[in-house]
Amino acid sequence: MDNKEIIAERTPLKPHEWVNAHADYLYAYTITRVNNEEQARDLVQETFLAALEGMHKFEGKSSERTWLTAILRNKIIDTYRKKTKGLKTLSINDTEAGETEFFWNEEGHWHQEHWPVHFGIDNIDPLVNKEFNHILQKCMQKLPALWLSVFTMKHMDDETTDVVCAELKISASNFWVIIHRAKLNLRACLQKNWM
Amino acid sequence: MNKLLKILYNCRKATFMIEKRMVKPLTVQENLELRMHLVTCGVCRLYIQQSRKIDLMVKQILNSTPPANIRLDEDFKEELKVRIDNELNKS
Repeated sequence: MDNKEIIAERTPLKPHEWVNAHADYLYAYTITRVNNEEQARDLVQETFLAALEGMHKFEGKSSERTWLTAILRNKIIDTYRKKTKGLKTLSINDTEAGETEFFWNEEGHWHQEHWPVHFGIDNIDPLVNKEFNHILQKCMQKLPALWLSVFTMKHMDDETTDVVCAELKISASNFWVIIHRAKLNLRACLQKNWM
Repeated sequence: MNKLLKILYNCRKATFMIEKRMVKPLTVQENLELRMHLVTCGVCRLYIQQSRKIDLMVKQILNSTPPANIRLDEDFKEELKVRIDNELNKS
């Protein structure tokens, strides 16, 4: 028996048990990255179906769950790509939504009611503080789908900007404008809801 | 308004450069502008702290094990099982 067979024997795929073993996990993984329950459900289903078709490609190098998650991750990035498709060039000076409510139009100074103020997030660990975690997730879900896609992708794996832009097929300048807008709005939402 | 005053007042542009700087080095010109802005703008200095902290928190959440209390609908799971069994029986 060669090495490959030994490893494959150690981690056999058990598709009959996939739903019980991994469906909740994969769904929770998806819902923190895609702000739509129905779409998240579809993605989990598509992942299982794609995995069934690709079972022969499983080399047993990783766990079943890691393998399924990798398939799911690619499917999630596909949905991000669809959201960013056909994106026009954005500029920091666009007067469209997302920035203008925070700053005076002409000189770009903060509106006083939107000034960042201390609101007690310095020592919060979102993995321990459930209440804060909930608010943070809610605030992320409020971001427009396109911004959330780019923002999430940036923080998901420690991918470089070049990789994110290439995978989502967006220009670097659009990337910066979106990240800026997403962060301004996320920060303001946290300040509003956590103070 | 002269160019210097413009930079000192432009928090919109400053926060933009702050976001960019967290990922990659700014140009010499941008760096100079941002530093001048931050000397006088305490609000944007606070923004930097909070923005860094938010990035950290988002990363923590995304890279942690997904919360166990989020569950997939049971009916949907049953349908999924049937679907998978059907696919397996086909082959």
